[in-house]
Amino acid sequence: MDLERTALPGIGLQHVFATGRGRRIGVISHRTGRRDLVLYDTRDPDTCLLTVPLTPEEADALAELLGTGRIVERLAELNRQAEGLVTEQIPLAAGTPYDGRPLADTQARTRTGASIVAVIRDGQVIASPRPDFVFAAGDTVMVVGTAEGTAAVTALFSGG
Amino acid sequence: MHTTSQLIELGAIILGLGLLGAVSVRFSISPIPLYLLAGLAFGSGGVLPLDTSEEFVATGAEVGVILLLFTLGLEYTASELVGTLRTSARVGLADLVLNAVPGAATALLLGWGPIAAVALAGITYVTSSGIAAKVISDLGWLGNRETPAVLSILVFEDLAMAAYLPILTALLAGAGLLGGATALLVAGVTIAAILFVALRYGRFVERFVASPSDEVLLLKVLGLTLLVAGIAEHLQVSAAVGAFLVGIALSGPLAHSARQLLSPLRDLFAAVFFVFFGLRTDPGDLRPMLGVAALLATATAVTKLGTGWFAARRARVAVPGRIRAGTALVSRGEFNIVIAGLAVSAGITPRLGSLAAAYVLILAVAGPLLARAAEPLTRSYLRNRA
Repeated sequence: MDLERTALPGIGLQHVFATGRGRRIGVISHRTGRRDLVLYDTRDPDTCLLTVPLTPEEADALAELLGTGRIVERLAELNRQAEGLVTEQIPLAAGTPYDGRPLADTQARTRTGASIVAVIRDGQVIASPRPDFVFAAGDTVMVVGTAEGTAAVTALFSGG
Repeated sequence: MHTTSQLIELGAIILGLGLLGAVSVRFSISPIPLYLLAGLAFGSGGVLPLDTSEEFVATGAEVGVILLLFTLGLEYTASELVGTLRTSARVGLADLVLNAVPGAATALLLGWGPIAAVALAGITYVTSSGIAAKVISDLGWLGNRETPAVLSILVFEDLAMAAYLPILTALLAGAGLLGGATALLVAGVTIAAILFVALRYGRFVERFVASPSDEVLLLKVLGLTLLVAGIAEHLQVSAAVGAFLVGIALSGPLAHSARQLLSPLRDLFAAVFFVFFGLRTDPGDLRPMLGVAALLATATAVTKLGTGWFAARRARVAVPGRIRAGTALVSRGEFNIVIAGLAVSAGITPRLGSLAAAYVLILAVAGPLLARAAEPLTRSYLRNRA
């Protein structure tokens, strides 16, 4: 699945992808915290047919409905299916170099081969955090990858 | 008593603007043309001339210009400005040439001289980013594929304004070509310095201004903006540019709260500014200028449509999106009046003010209407052809 990311100057960010059945869906992340869910015309990929503005709370609720269950299933399945893949929960201690920095800065996947699949903050699961997700000390980061990969991510967060 | 009549007049003006604003909300149009008309009605040669509150209105208008430019600077972060300059320079230059030339040519044909030509070029060049943003969000075009291209053009125009305003002010002050070049150099260095500071040390500026109390934040930001604007004016760089640069230097969450705090103030003083501009424009001058304004409006609507088409085509967007991009850019509004205001107060022919007023009246109304009509029209056209 290809996630297209476009900057919207003065507004925020836009992420768009096409589903397996060819529907294009996008999310516009406003700087104000508002999220727009957009659906594109099937015949004309340039035009959005429907825009649903969501408040931050509504967007969180929707994300949880769409994401959490799947994440847990996916993790269980990964553990069962692939020998050699491990999931690791990395707590972010105070003083981690990524406190206050976005996920994109870690370049975890490029540098270690392991993926950050979720972040747990205040008991809430934030599934598939986006590149602009900002870490804070106290978060727990869930990483999936090889043993070396996840160890490298742990090292990254503790000051590498 | 002097102050009582001032209060009554001022109250009546602001209440009147509120009622006009309500009309604009009801019909979902820009309030700018209504404010201008109100100013025309009350001004010299209008139906109900005002006299006692002109002084306050004049100062208010100046603050309005500063706040307009400040919030425009807030709109985009320094990295967005620099990024756009890298990616959209070609489209931005096409926009500049296509839309500035008709204005400049008109001023020269009317025999108003080269400085008026520079002013009118600016007036026909700049799209109203306020109206364009409203059109895009009202019509649900935010997610469309042409929208990033349209926004990039608006950002580029923003940057162009930062270079253009100091040149214009220098020329208007009678500095001549050499003075204009010096002003451009000073402005260029200042803008580069501000962008550098904002990109590298934005955190420190923010730390200085930041405060958990809205009240403190409001006073700090407003004070800093007016102060820098005043200093810039003193250095002949134009107060508007100074305010704009303060806006750029602030970014991140702070810019967001600053914008929320200052928007009501900006709306108030910007409305006062539009009225003031209308006040000083003689409605008697407006009529002979209407024909020219209509021609110029038509020509520059077409050139903006062309700009949008070109920008969207470069983004590999199909025909309907290209038309939408063009129509979103047609509206002119606040900054066109700001430029005309600068020119007229520096003593350029008052007919330039009348022309700009008529021009903005036409395009601030026609732009959004055109955008609304764009989709149904293209759809039926494409259906008929298929």
